[in-house]
Amino acid sequence: MTGSPLIEVEDLRIDLDDGSRRVPAAEGVSFRIDRGETFGLVGESGCGKSITALALIGLLGSPLSIGGGVIRFEGRQIQNLSAARQRELRGNRIAMIFQEPMTALNPVSPVGRQIAEMFVLHKGKSWREANQLAVEALASVRVPAPERRVKDYPHQLSGGMRQRVMIAIALACGPDLLIADEPTTALDVTVQAEIIELMRNLCAERGTAILMISHDLGLVANVCRRVAVMYAGRIVEERGSADIFRAPSHPYTQGLVDSLPRLGSRAALGRSRLKEIAGVVPAITNFPDGCRFNPRCAQATDICRTTAPQTDGLEAGGFVRCHHHA
Amino acid sequence: MKLRANLVIGGSLFALAILVGLLAPWLAHTDPVMDANLMNAEEPPSWTWWFGTDGQGRDIYSRVLYGARVSLTVGIVSQLINSVIGVALGLSAGYFGGWWDDFVNALTNLMLAIPSLIFALAIMAVLGPGLTSLLIALGLTNWSFTCRLARASALSLRSQGYVQAATVLGYGDLRIMITQLLPNMLGPIVVIGTLGMGSAVLSEAALSFLGLGVRPPFPSWGSMLSEARDQITTAPWLSMFPGLAIFLTVLGLNLLGDGLRDILDPQSRSRRT
Ligand SMILES: Nc1ncnc2c1ncn2[C@@H]1O[C@H](COP(=O)(O)OP(=O)(O)OP(=O)(O)O)[C@@H](O)[C@H]1O
Ligand code: SF4
Ligand SMILES: [Mg+2]
Repeated sequence: MTGSPLIEVEDLRIDLDDGSRRVPAAEGVSFRIDRGETFGLVGESGCGKSITALALIGLLGSPLSIGGGVIRFEGRQIQNLSAARQRELRGNRIAMIFQEPMTALNPVSPVGRQIAEMFVLHKGKSWREANQLAVEALASVRVPAPERRVKDYPHQLSGGMRQRVMIAIALACGPDLLIADEPTTALDVTVQAEIIELMRNLCAERGTAILMISHDLGLVANVCRRVAVMYAGRIVEERGSADIFRAPSHPYTQGLVDSLPRLGSRAALGRSRLKEIAGVVPAITNFPDGCRFNPRCAQATDICRTTAPQTDGLEAGGFVRCHHHA
Repeated sequence: MKLRANLVIGGSLFALAILVGLLAPWLAHTDPVMDANLMNAEEPPSWTWWFGTDGQGRDIYSRVLYGARVSLTVGIVSQLINSVIGVALGLSAGYFGGWWDDFVNALTNLMLAIPSLIFALAIMAVLGPGLTSLLIALGLTNWSFTCRLARASALSLRSQGYVQAATVLGYGDLRIMITQLLPNMLGPIVVIGTLGMGSAVLSEAALSFLGLGVRPPFPSWGSMLSEARDQITTAPWLSMFPGLAIFLTVLGLNLLGDGLRDILDPQSRSRRT
C-alpha cells in the first residue's frame, strides 16, 4: 500500500504581498507523502505550517500566493488546475479538519445533513441515499445512537463529539489524504487522545494518508512515521519520527526535543522548569540573513550569519539544513 | 418565560387580516361590487349595515372584507419580490466583493436617494394602474434595506469557520451562499420583511388613494378611502372603517416584526440556550 508517492511538493515558495513588495513566507519547502503514510509537520506558531497546507488544497488567498515550485498529486501537477478541478479534489480526494470544532460546523444545520451534503456534492448521491450514508458515517466515528444524533444541531454536541462529526465529514468521501491542522488543540487532554486514536485507526483501515500539523512534536511523533520540522518558513529537518527523538540533528530540533516533558521525569511533574529555546521567532518581513535560526542558535558561527545552509542528506534517511549539524 | 405581547398581538392581528381576506366570500353580507342599491345609499352603521353603506348603497363591511385581499396580496407579494431581490444582490455582493460589490452598493445608494413611493409612482405612470402594476412598482422599489442587511451579514459570516470549512470541503460558491450564509442571516431578513410588508400595505393605500391602484369598482382599502374623501364630514364611516383596517394590519405587522426581532436576535437566542 505504501511506497507510491501520493503528494509531492518540490521547492515550494509562498509569497506574502505586503502592499509594496513580495516577501517569501515559506520557501524551499519540499516533502513527499506516500499512499497511506502518516507525515507530520511541526514548528512554532507562524512558521508557515498552515499556509503550506492551504497551498496544497489550492486555497491560498490574497495577500498570499504560490511564488514558485511544484505540487503533484498522484503524479499530476495540481497548483495550476482550474478552480472547478481543484474543487473536485477538495473534500473528495484531499480532506482537511481544523483546530476549531466549535466553529467549523454550520450552527443552523443538523449535523447529519452536513455529512450527507458531502455525498450529494462529490458522489452524486440522492439525498435519500446520502442521509442513510450519513448515519453510517456517524457510526464509523463511534458516535452512539447515530440514527438519532444525525438530527442534532452542533450546539447540542460536546466538543469531542463535534470533532468526531468533523472527522466523519472529512472522511465521508474516502479521501486519499487527510490534512489535520492542529485537530485537537481546542479539546481537553483525554478527549484529545481519543480523537487522535480514532483518526489514526480510521485512516489506517482505509489507507488514507495523514498530514498532521501541530506545534507539539511529541504528539506528531506519536502518530506519524515521518516528521518535518519547520522554522521561519523553511523545513530544517526531516526524519523518521523515532530517529528525530533519539538523535535530533538540527540545533532547533534539539531544542524542541529538550523542551518536551519526559514521562516520569521531574519536569513532567512540574518541579523543574522545562528547557526552553531562548529568543523569539523572527517576523516574516525581517528574516535574518544566512541561517534564519542563527540569532537563537548556540552553535552559530560566522558562516551561519552570511550563508543560508543547504539541505544535507542523512545516512539513515531524511535531511537536515544546518552548517554544523550533529 | 416572559409572554411576548408584541409577538402574540401582532401575529393575531396579521392572522386575522389573512383569515378575513381568505374567508371574505363566506363572511360578507353582500357582493362588494354588484349589490349596489340606491335605496340604501349612505346609511350610517346599524344592525343591518354594520359598517354603514356608501353613496351607491354598497355594504362597507363586505367591501372592507374583500378589500383585505388586494391590500394583503400587494403587501405580501411585493415584499417577497423585494426580499428576493435584496437578498440576491446583497448576499452575492458581500460574498464576492470586488467590482460586483461596488456596483450593488452604488445601485443601493441610488435607490435610497430616491423616495421609494416617488419611484413607484413613476413606474405606475409607465405601466398604468392595476394590481400587476402595483406588485411590480412596489416590488422593485423597496429592497435597499434588505440588500444592505444581507450584504453586511454576508461580510461578517464569510470569515466564520464553517464557511471556510465548506470551501475546504469543495463546496462551490452558490452552494456556500445557499447552505452556509443564507440560513444564518434569515432571522433579521424575516424581521425586515415583516416591517416592509406593513409599509407596502400603506404604499398600496397611498397609490390607490391617488387613483393609481386597483381600478374601481373592485374595493381595496386605499381606493375606498379615495372614494370617501368628499364625504369625510357627511359620512365619516366611509373612510373610518377602511382606515381602521389599514391601521390594524400595519400595526399588527410592525408588532410582529418587533416580536420576531426579539426572538431571532442572536444575543437573545444565546441567552435561551
Ligand atoms: N491571510 C494572511 N495575511 C497576512 N499574513 C498571513 C496570512 N496568513 C498567514 N500569514 C502569515 O504567514 C505566516 C505563516 O502563517 P501560518 O498560518 O502558516 O503559521 P502556522 O505555522 O500555521 O502557525 P500556527 O501554529 O499559529 O497556526 C505567519 O507569519 C502569518 O503571519
Ligand atoms: S546553520 Fe548555524 S545557526 Fe543555523 S542551525 Fe546550524 S549551526 Fe545554528
Ligand atoms: Mg496554523
